Amino acid sequence: MSLLQVNRLSKRFIMHHLRREVMAFDCLTFDVREGEFVLVVGPNGVGKSTLLRCLYRTYLPTSGQAIYHSRYGAIDLACASDVDIVRLRREEIGHVTQFLRVRPRVSAREAVAEPLLAAGLSPIEAGKRASHALDALGLKRELWDAYPTTFSGGEQQKVNLARALIAPRRLVLLDEPTASLDAHARRALVERLAQLKQAGVAIIGVFHHAEDVRGLVDKEIALTADSQRPSEGDGLLTSSIACNGCAGGSGDVAE
Amino acid sequence: MVTSGRDAPRPVSAHAPVIVTSPPLLQVRGLVKRYGGHVVAVDRVDIEAYAGEVLGIVGESGSGKSTVLRLLNLEERPDAGEYFFDVPALAGRNLFTLDRMAQRRVRTFDIGIVYQNPHLGLRMRNTSSGNIAERLIVAGERAYRTLRLAAREALAASEFPLDRMDDPPVRLSGGMQQRVQLAKAIALKPKLLLLDEPTTGLDVSVQALVLDTLKRLQRETGVTTIIVSHDLGVIRMLADRVMVMRYGRVVEQGLTDQVLEDPQDAYTQQLVHAKL
Repeated sequence: MSLLQVNRLSKRFIMHHLRREVMAFDCLTFDVREGEFVLVVGPNGVGKSTLLRCLYRTYLPTSGQAIYHSRYGAIDLACASDVDIVRLRREEIGHVTQFLRVRPRVSAREAVAEPLLAAGLSPIEAGKRASHALDALGLKRELWDAYPTTFSGGEQQKVNLARALIAPRRLVLLDEPTASLDAHARRALVERLAQLKQAGVAIIGVFHHAEDVRGLVDKEIALTADSQRPSEGDGLLTSSIACNGCAGGSGDVAE
Repeated sequence: MVTSGRDAPRPVSAHAPVIVTSPPLLQVRGLVKRYGGHVVAVDRVDIEAYAGEVLGIVGESGSGKSTVLRLLNLEERPDAGEYFFDVPALAGRNLFTLDRMAQRRVRTFDIGIVYQNPHLGLRMRNTSSGNIAERLIVAGERAYRTLRLAAREALAASEFPLDRMDDPPVRLSGGMQQRVQLAKAIALKPKLLLLDEPTTGLDVSVQALVLDTLKRLQRETGVTTIIVSHDLGVIRMLADRVMVMRYGRVVEQGLTDQVLEDPQDAYTQQLVHAKL
């Protein structure tokens, strides 16, 4: 069953102090089904991370649609209200960034447990699952109650991944999650992703070491520098969820 | 091509929520506050805050953000505006037009506030526990044991060292003073918690601990929170959504990470890029 239908999605950045617009990607169309693993490929700077951030709404898409079939019904991520996005982030959509961002004086285990606490689990149960997740990714036990701000890049990334993948999600966006990981942690991550996929979670990812996830990939979306247009791009949406250009889009979509 | 968002601020909800179906807990429309005739401190501001969310308000000194908070706390009268609270007893009533007694009830039972300056929120020479008990006395509680217990409970929730609960705030550190204010603010389990630069002026390490307490309390109680700060780091840690104010107006609002990482308005871009 289709989970996400991205339809002619575009992103341009307006840089006021330079009085310039910068095109990130233009007119992307693709479809993601439940349990599908989608690999986003392309050279540096073609907007792979930007695409993930637009779907998570850290960036505001300029035009187009991203129809997500939530448990509550279909909603266009490109222009959904902020409070709806907050709810979806809490319950359905996860985003793993390249960098860990935690509050100072919060231990690794607490940071990982936090999404579970937010979902209403007891501190004991959340702590138990957090320990298990850190163990699986191979973070040394003596670091669990230390503050991640002092960790190495690889250790921080383990905390980051454990935190991002611990709570049940229906769509997970992965932005170079393996960049600073050792081989053991990469294997543990791939195992976890396989589990999630098996459970019907859709995954859209940008991978530094794409060979790690070869066995999981169902579909590739190639972003290219020239037209910044994808190779996958079958059929435009017929769905009529009216929301066009609502995200403040000033431009028209190239046909 | 490139136009300033200031001329056309994004409306409060570009699109009405469809997943979150309950109405906002707090709704403010057309808020205006002038000082001395022509100084417009707050200029046609609309605010919506949904139950359980944390809304940040950022801006430079003089942007009107603290004035907004005082208006929301019913400390001052606006020159125009409507203020609704979605609780049964107050449904459909503009809080700004309630009589003084009714406003006082709202301030006692429904709203808690923490000021940057503890002198505004506490009697500095009374005991800390007494400061909290006072709030319960205003609410009608008289039994010493109950007052004592409630004060202890509120102080513990704000992670205040209980062996010092009878010290007056004047003898406490800045971080502890903020915890007393927080305990007082949450003692009656308000619907709305207002935080005005709650960690500004604290040492960085103390600030981190107080922020952590705020985060935990917010998660455990689900109290709707509005936090005003000029510190974008604080806002990023606590707020789900953020409003950017300048010259008394809202120039941009959105999800906190979106406003900080993909600001649309020219002024917000400057503000975000000025951060160290």
